[in-house]
Amino acid sequence: MDPVNFVILASILFAIGSAAVLLRRNAIVAFMGVELMLNAANLALVAFARIHGEIDGQVMAFFVMVVAAAEVVVGLAIIIAVFRARQTISLDEPAELKG
Amino acid sequence: MLDLTWLLIAVPLASSAVLLLAGRRADSWGHWLGVAASGSAFVVGLLALIQMLGLDAEERSHAVHLFSWIPGAELNLDAGLLVDPLSLTFVMLVTFVGTLIHVYSVAYMEHDPNRRIFFAYLNLFVAAMLLLVLADSYLLLFVGWEGVGLASYLLIGFWNFKPEYATAAKKAFVVNRIGDIGLILAMGLMFAYLGGVDFETVFANVDGVSTATLTAIGLTLLLAACGKSAQFPLQSWLGDAMAGPTPVSALIHAATMVTAGVYLLVRSAPILEGAPSAQTAIAAVGAFTLILGALIGMAKDDIKKALAASTMSQIGYMMLAAGLGPIGYAFAIFHLVTHGFFKAGMFLGAGSVMHGMGDQVDMRRFGALRTAMVTTWVTFGLGWLAILGIPPFSGFWSKDKIIEAAFVGEGAQPWILGGAALIGAGLTAFYMSRLFFMTFHGKARWTDGQHPHESPALMTVPMIILAVGSAFLGLFLAVGDRFSHWLEPVTGHAEHHEPVLPVPVLMAATLILVALGVWVAWRKYGAADVPEEAPAASLATIAARNDMFQDSVNRAVFERPGTHLTRTLVYADAAVVDGAVNGGGEAWSKTGEVARRLQTGQVRSYAATMLVGLVIVILVVVQGGL
Repeated sequence: MDPVNFVILASILFAIGSAAVLLRRNAIVAFMGVELMLNAANLALVAFARIHGEIDGQVMAFFVMVVAAAEVVVGLAIIIAVFRARQTISLDEPAELKG
Repeated sequence: MLDLTWLLIAVPLASSAVLLLAGRRADSWGHWLGVAASGSAFVVGLLALIQMLGLDAEERSHAVHLFSWIPGAELNLDAGLLVDPLSLTFVMLVTFVGTLIHVYSVAYMEHDPNRRIFFAYLNLFVAAMLLLVLADSYLLLFVGWEGVGLASYLLIGFWNFKPEYATAAKKAFVVNRIGDIGLILAMGLMFAYLGGVDFETVFANVDGVSTATLTAIGLTLLLAACGKSAQFPLQSWLGDAMAGPTPVSALIHAATMVTAGVYLLVRSAPILEGAPSAQTAIAAVGAFTLILGALIGMAKDDIKKALAASTMSQIGYMMLAAGLGPIGYAFAIFHLVTHGFFKAGMFLGAGSVMHGMGDQVDMRRFGALRTAMVTTWVTFGLGWLAILGIPPFSGFWSKDKIIEAAFVGEGAQPWILGGAALIGAGLTAFYMSRLFFMTFHGKARWTDGQHPHESPALMTVPMIILAVGSAFLGLFLAVGDRFSHWLEPVTGHAEHHEPVLPVPVLMAATLILVALGVWVAWRKYGAADVPEEAPAASLATIAARNDMFQDSVNRAVFERPGTHLTRTLVYADAAVVDGAVNGGGEAWSKTGEVARRLQTGQVRSYAATMLVGLVIVILVVVQGGL
């Protein structure tokens, strides 16, 4: 199987993920979009490692997983904190930084 | 004694400080302290004079080092005094006439609650004037120069509860400032081209400097002299300065301060010698002012203003003489001394008349005062004869010499300058006789309830002494050219030059013109009745009554354009400078206002922006092949 197909799949997954982030108001769903984008990036990294026959991409993918795990913890904590304060997790609701 | 001449300045200055600081406690004795300070300065000056007369002519210049004033590499200046015949002449004039006027003021200002302060100012003036004439550098002279300006301001505005008097003081101060700019510029030029501002350095380096530079210095000095000596075009302050008490007019605006300009020019003789154009300008200004002052004096009904115009005119004679070079310097100073006596005497006489007439100054309300005020009449009459130049009175010896000297030269110059001096003598005779006859002769035109009376002895004695001086001082100093020889170490020896007309002819012409002036004045103001109100007059008379419209001219030429210039500058400042700064701030503020809208606060729009930006970056990287 041609490894380039994995890169194309990664692109599609990234696009879906970013669409979820941009288009959905629900913070949880947007968050899932973020996770999808991260994993798309991981897939691309592994695919490139395979294409070039090197191990660097795989190592980087592990790093991304570790960071993503930490990010999930922090992100969910923020969502819960926001929910406690505002009784909503809509992304459009907090707009205090409007200039 | 010559080394102690600093006392001349220190004593009146200390007395002035005591009078100002002691407050009301000094009210009872303060005026006598002032008299004593001025009198002791006279004694010191007299002793110095006696000592100097005992020296040979070559040794009659004594430098007194006081202290190191401005130690510097380029401008190393010591404060010192220069005692020579010229400065001693002034010392004697200032302290002698000054002391007499101090004595006079004791009685004249008797009812003024601020008499003590008046004497403090008089002492301050004497100290400043002595510093001016004794200084050995232009910079120290400038200190005295400003000092007399200050004293003059304080004394003109002594009765400053009247707004117009305060205005007169301010006017004198401002006009004098214009002259001061001339002196400052002259000092700057001297420092740049002659290597210093002390007399010794300046005069030693004159030879190596171009005529153009010397002319520039000479003209700036002329500007300075015009300001202080009330010469055209800076003459407008002198008439208004009569707002001050009469002793002030006598001391400052007749006998001493206004002569400072003449002193400055005569002192700067070595510079002027190298600048013939500047000398011509000085003589021309003098000739013009002497006619101008005489014309104004012919129309004035205010006795003090007529005398002020006369002062302007007589100082015009001195300036004219000072502009003639070595043949004129001695006569300029000679006339200055005799004028100091007779003009101070006449001003004191005018003060005495005002004292007896309840401060009336309008000559049309005087008349027939010769019986009521005999001493004043006689002393004033001697001053009158002196200023007319009737032999053997003082003015004859000095003024006639100036007229003769003015006729020396080649081409048209002697005819113009000499003609002006000659005509001026006739005009002087007319306006002074007019003043004299209107005041002392004719019918009494007093306002109701006037009881003219002679002034107390404290006032008449100084008048008598000055009258004696007016009568005989000129003769005493002129015998054997005593005065010219005395000044020779300073002014240099003058070669004798023949005037373009023979001397006897000139003398006769002068005397005929004077007699004519007196006769016309007698016909019109002595024998005939003088109307109590000024009659309607020709345009020329109206112009002279209004000081030749000097104030209107100044207003039109300087004040209005100046005001407009200032307003334009203020507008330009507000519109252009402030506009640029404020506009810049405004522009950034507006930019911020627009840029603010980009911050929506919407998380998703931020995310979209980031994504778009990222895509653009990637496209650039890929396309650019980086």
